[in-house]
Amino acid sequence: MVTMRGERTFSVVVNLILIIVGIISIFPILYVVSMSLTPYGEVVKNGGFLIIPRAISFDAYIHLLKGNELPRAMGVSVFLAVIGTAISLLLNLLGAFPLSRKDLQGRTVFLFLIVFTMLFGGGMIPTYLLVKSLGMLDTVWAMIIPGAVATFNLLIMKTFFEGLPEELFEAARIDGAGELKVLVTLVIPLSLPSMLTIGLFYMVGYWNSFFAALYYVTNPNLYPLQIVLRKMLMMSTSLESVMEQTLPTPTLQMAAVVLASAPMLIIYPFIQKHFTKGMLIGAIKG
Amino acid sequence: MNRLLKNKMYYLMLFPVIAWFIVFKYVPMYGVIIAFKDFNIMDGILKSAWADPWYGHFEVFFKSPYFSQLLGNTLIISLYKIVLGTIPSIILAILLYESRTTWLKRWVQTLSYMPHFLSWVIVFGIALAFFSETNGLANRWITEGGGTAIPFLNSTEWFRTMLVSTDIWKDLGWGAIVYLAAMSGIDASLYEAARIDGASRLRCIWHITLPGISTVVMLLLILKVGSVMDAGFDQIFIFYNVRVYSVGDIIDTWVYRTGLEQLNFSLAAAVGLFKSVIGMILVILTNQLSKKFGGGGIW
Repeated sequence: MVTMRGERTFSVVVNLILIIVGIISIFPILYVVSMSLTPYGEVVKNGGFLIIPRAISFDAYIHLLKGNELPRAMGVSVFLAVIGTAISLLLNLLGAFPLSRKDLQGRTVFLFLIVFTMLFGGGMIPTYLLVKSLGMLDTVWAMIIPGAVATFNLLIMKTFFEGLPEELFEAARIDGAGELKVLVTLVIPLSLPSMLTIGLFYMVGYWNSFFAALYYVTNPNLYPLQIVLRKMLMMSTSLESVMEQTLPTPTLQMAAVVLASAPMLIIYPFIQKHFTKGMLIGAIKG
Repeated sequence: MNRLLKNKMYYLMLFPVIAWFIVFKYVPMYGVIIAFKDFNIMDGILKSAWADPWYGHFEVFFKSPYFSQLLGNTLIISLYKIVLGTIPSIILAILLYESRTTWLKRWVQTLSYMPHFLSWVIVFGIALAFFSETNGLANRWITEGGGTAIPFLNSTEWFRTMLVSTDIWKDLGWGAIVYLAAMSGIDASLYEAARIDGASRLRCIWHITLPGISTVVMLLLILKVGSVMDAGFDQIFIFYNVRVYSVGDIIDTWVYRTGLEQLNFSLAAAVGLFKSVIGMILVILTNQLSKKFGGGGIW
């Protein structure tokens, strides 16, 4: 009887801590949303922001979306996320499939060539000089091509392909299918969950990309969202006083934070069940 | 020869990827020779004169006061993150594993993985909402309670705490995934046997779950030590400012400022090379270590 009660207490404590973890994870995001929706008058009246706003106004969002800078930056980020992800996934697929074939001659050499780059790299400065000498500075491509392949993702996908049943490939070969046909008609449909996972990882990477632009882009028209957001967050007090006449700076800043995180937070739950599966494959093998 | 021909489609597929690795990974490796030259952007890598002595830029760095500060900050921040970041993730994984309330488990997993997908700029924005000196929630509570506002993000006393705590917040759930995976590999009959012997669930955690994931924990810890020279450049660059350089400036952030802001390419490349070499040695050493501990290593 005592143990039964002990068990129950144990379960209650476990669930309680889990609830707290859930709240800690989501509360900061909710608070930021609340700040972004609070009208200026309420802030003045209450002396600050509340967790549940007493009144709601979308002025900050309207102000940001009517401006030039943020919509343009969002456009750049959408471009990077769509085109970049497509390029990365294609390269990933083309690399992972042949590398997963055990009968590929020179496989170990290629793999060594790839894995070695995880150990040693030229570093920031030589890479910058390379991008410069390729004439990619101040182009959108500088934010896509130099980081297009994530070695770790490539290896996860290769491991996944290695786990596909060999009989399928043999059957396809007997039917006379070439390598490309095997890839398109067999491998891709079979590995959709892991492709979605890795595609999501790339997409998050591109949407969140900050450093490629920091290094390689000086033209403000090409700034992606994260660069513009960071600039807004660092806004000096002198700017603040100018803006304060219409909207308080924190409200605008947090509205920009919400706009920058929304797409990821919206897409994420839909793909979550896939990536947990995909991650487990990578985690156990990798 | 026949097999080579048969495989030509494979090589065609591989070509773009291998070309990418050669151009974007191996060419910069060649580019590190500017660390031994007095690089001049007009002359290019080949024509720039060799530094005199050839290790001149390294000497400048090792003798400068930056050296100990940068190395110290890098290692301290890294180690804090490794130690303080690993434990909460393990605990969360255990709690998730122990909870029998499926819906709650799912919700907590969904919510706790989420911050991982936010960029550091966004997390910095969130940190401002809570810890900014003027508008931050924490400081409003402090001032309403009669205290004076604390510049959490701009003071040398608090900066590292901010780095570590936001890092934990962002990757708490994400880090738990691997431990959860390891737990699902534990033989369920062990638990049944222990239960029959009258072990409480807490004892089961201590005697079955923890030993069951110990190799994974070890392996991950060792791998993290291998990247100890990185310290989280992305986060620190976005969070730091001049006032906290003394506690927050790491090798990578210094390389960025020296190379790309002050255009002192050779010195920055030399420091970057120093970092890469140490990092590589650490990865190789720790990999050997993990093999010794039975973790298998990464290669």
